[in-house]
Amino acid sequence: MSSAPALRRPDETGVPDPFPFMHPLLKKNYGNWDWHDRLRPGVLHHVAKSGDEVWTVRAGTQRQMDVFTVRKLCDIADAFAEGHVRFTTRSNIEFMLSDVAKVEPLIAELNRHGFPVGGTGNSVSMISHTQGWLHCDIPGTDASGVVKSLMDMMHQEFVREEMPNRVRITTSCCQINCGGQGDISINVQYTKPPKINHDLVSKVCERPAVVARCPVAAIRPALVDGKPSLEVDEQKCVCCGACYPPCPPMQINGADSTKIAVWVGGKHANARSKPSFHKLVVANLPNNPPRWPEVEEVVKKILYAYKDNAKDWERMGEWIERIGWPRFFELTGFAFTKHHLDTWAGARKTMNMSAHVHF
Amino acid sequence: MQDDSVRKEGEGAPKKHPTPLLDELESGPWPSFVSGLKRLRDNADARYAPMMNDLLGQLEHSYENRLGYWKGGTVSVFGYGGGVIPRFSEVADKYPASKEFHTLRIQPPAGMHYTTDLLRKMCDVWEKHGSGLIAFHGQSGDIMFQGCSTESVQPAFDEFNEMGLDLGGAGPALRTSMSCVGHARCEMSCYDEVKAHRTVINEFLDEMHRPALPYKFKFKFSGCGNDCVNAIHRADFAVIGTWRDAMKVNQDEVKAYVEKVGRKYMIDSVITRCPTRALSLNDDDTLDVDNKSCVRCMHCLNVMTKALSPGDDRGASILIGGKRALKVGDLMGTMIIPFFKLDTDEDFEKLVAFARNLLEFFADNALEHERIGETLDRIGLPAFLEAIGVDPDPNMVNHPRTSCYVRTDDFTDEAEKYFERKAREAGLTVASE
Repeated sequence: MSSAPALRRPDETGVPDPFPFMHPLLKKNYGNWDWHDRLRPGVLHHVAKSGDEVWTVRAGTQRQMDVFTVRKLCDIADAFAEGHVRFTTRSNIEFMLSDVAKVEPLIAELNRHGFPVGGTGNSVSMISHTQGWLHCDIPGTDASGVVKSLMDMMHQEFVREEMPNRVRITTSCCQINCGGQGDISINVQYTKPPKINHDLVSKVCERPAVVARCPVAAIRPALVDGKPSLEVDEQKCVCCGACYPPCPPMQINGADSTKIAVWVGGKHANARSKPSFHKLVVANLPNNPPRWPEVEEVVKKILYAYKDNAKDWERMGEWIERIGWPRFFELTGFAFTKHHLDTWAGARKTMNMSAHVHF
Repeated sequence: MQDDSVRKEGEGAPKKHPTPLLDELESGPWPSFVSGLKRLRDNADARYAPMMNDLLGQLEHSYENRLGYWKGGTVSVFGYGGGVIPRFSEVADKYPASKEFHTLRIQPPAGMHYTTDLLRKMCDVWEKHGSGLIAFHGQSGDIMFQGCSTESVQPAFDEFNEMGLDLGGAGPALRTSMSCVGHARCEMSCYDEVKAHRTVINEFLDEMHRPALPYKFKFKFSGCGNDCVNAIHRADFAVIGTWRDAMKVNQDEVKAYVEKVGRKYMIDSVITRCPTRALSLNDDDTLDVDNKSCVRCMHCLNVMTKALSPGDDRGASILIGGKRALKVGDLMGTMIIPFFKLDTDEDFEKLVAFARNLLEFFADNALEHERIGETLDRIGLPAFLEAIGVDPDPNMVNHPRTSCYVRTDDFTDEAEKYFERKAREAGLTVASE
């Protein structure tokens, strides 16, 4: 019997040291920056206490990149940015330049290859992006397609800085919401309880763990056709899909029952108001690939109502806080329904416990 | 319907799956991921071309039926228990070349800095062992090398690891972390984010690579209250830069700013936007700052980048317990340490010690599949603070309790402790000692 080849033990090196990869001006002035401004949309200008200046050109990417796209971006970085780049939290790529004269030629080169320059200041930046049908095991939709469709629609708002404040948009392909909070959030919302394949439950699911996973205690063990399985109290079920990852035979997705909901007013920054969660605006939008036109229409209405009505530096949620929800629903033309009334723990704290009324 | 005959071997290159729905995502001004997938499919000499053809076929199938077709499983590399996201196709009979399409989560350099040399080497490895498809980056901050057969996972990882790269987290484990650009290119930065990020995470790699926690645990590091890596929402342990002394004001630049934008704009967009009314514009267009009322929200600094900057006594606030919906609903991180000095090596060692304290508390006390924010809610903030050895502080609350249902017979003892603590902080001698 031949012995198996020796397996290589990993070098447990953890987070790589960024300094060998950092642009020399960033490394030299690490921790010693003085101020910044923006030369034009998509271009940041930072001045160090040493007097050094660096210009950063930010470009949008498709996030899921083929090696040819990555190498193209590398060619551009070699030609203009001394072979260094970085990525932002929202999958934009940044080229650092030590010479302002290279800014416009770099922008022209990026545009020539189809990379929009923008995403800085009070613009719509790239949508925070989840996996979807391309790679997730529980997705209700395809983030890549939703993001591409919406960024096509909002391209001009990425390359300009004409919004009252920055607009951070997120997508999520299930109700776990990997995309997080956003000024506008486009999230899958299931509308039907899981469909259970009772032949498989006892084979692939750890039933007590699935029972424990349900946030509303709607799942209980049951014998179905003589087989140990699980059943769902459909009166209690909130169709959240939490049981699906630990128990794939509890299929939550359906071609027609998986819908999209749009939320507004989430905010990460502490600037002015405290960070906030997004709030429901519209549910039950069709999950309509390849371009999700109904979602696009809703996002457009919200985005331009905000652009036309908010004051400088008001984020989406702060704008609504000022004008009030009645006016928001009036300006955007969406319905306010019983489903906008929170029923979860702490719901009363979301109610108006005052005589303050908007007319 | 797919033509099964295209799958037969010995008939030359397999026919391309038609992708009429995905094709519609190739038009428009934003870069198209579909065009990228097709470039990989059409690179006829590449070993991954058939895999990417079938991947496109499966994705088109998803677009047609509005359903996903991947399932998980167990794939890992020798010596580690996590970091690979296994994906097996449920429609492999139709799309066999992409029947295994696993992701390697790789931790990027802190702050996501790259040389083109590093990126090119990554591309080369991924063309050799994987699909040629890379996502920069996932929501936890990993580089996601997407699309690898089970047998190629180990050789791909070995090559990445030889380059100095390591797997990230997955499952019930310490997760890959993120830090903002911070010190590298931002004047708002209040601590060395790279140092904090690397010092903390690299201390606990065992928790990342061999998942044994009750559930996931995420650290994120932002250099100021703008929180560019979304730490308060997304991290169990959020480190947010701040300062204790007065913000710095360059009055000449304040005047220059007022001259540029006008007094009305200055009042409407800066002065009155201060959440704690800590700003006042003087008659000579200089600025008064009430630093005791200022909460370091960052708005005025963001708007007047040349005139205003953080003070000198810098460090971080630590908020615990942020997460998204599953399963009690969204939780925001809660202020636990209002100020943590982060300057000397010793300060960073203390940060690691505090992080260890939290991770040990989490490992010992959280229920299975419970995030630390849920544990905190379940046992209440007083018990949580006692367990981690932190004293109550009014910065932890919006306001004191409004419910009278609490037993207060030791209130006087607790008040005594508070005054002793305050005395110690002020450098006074405490009578009982």
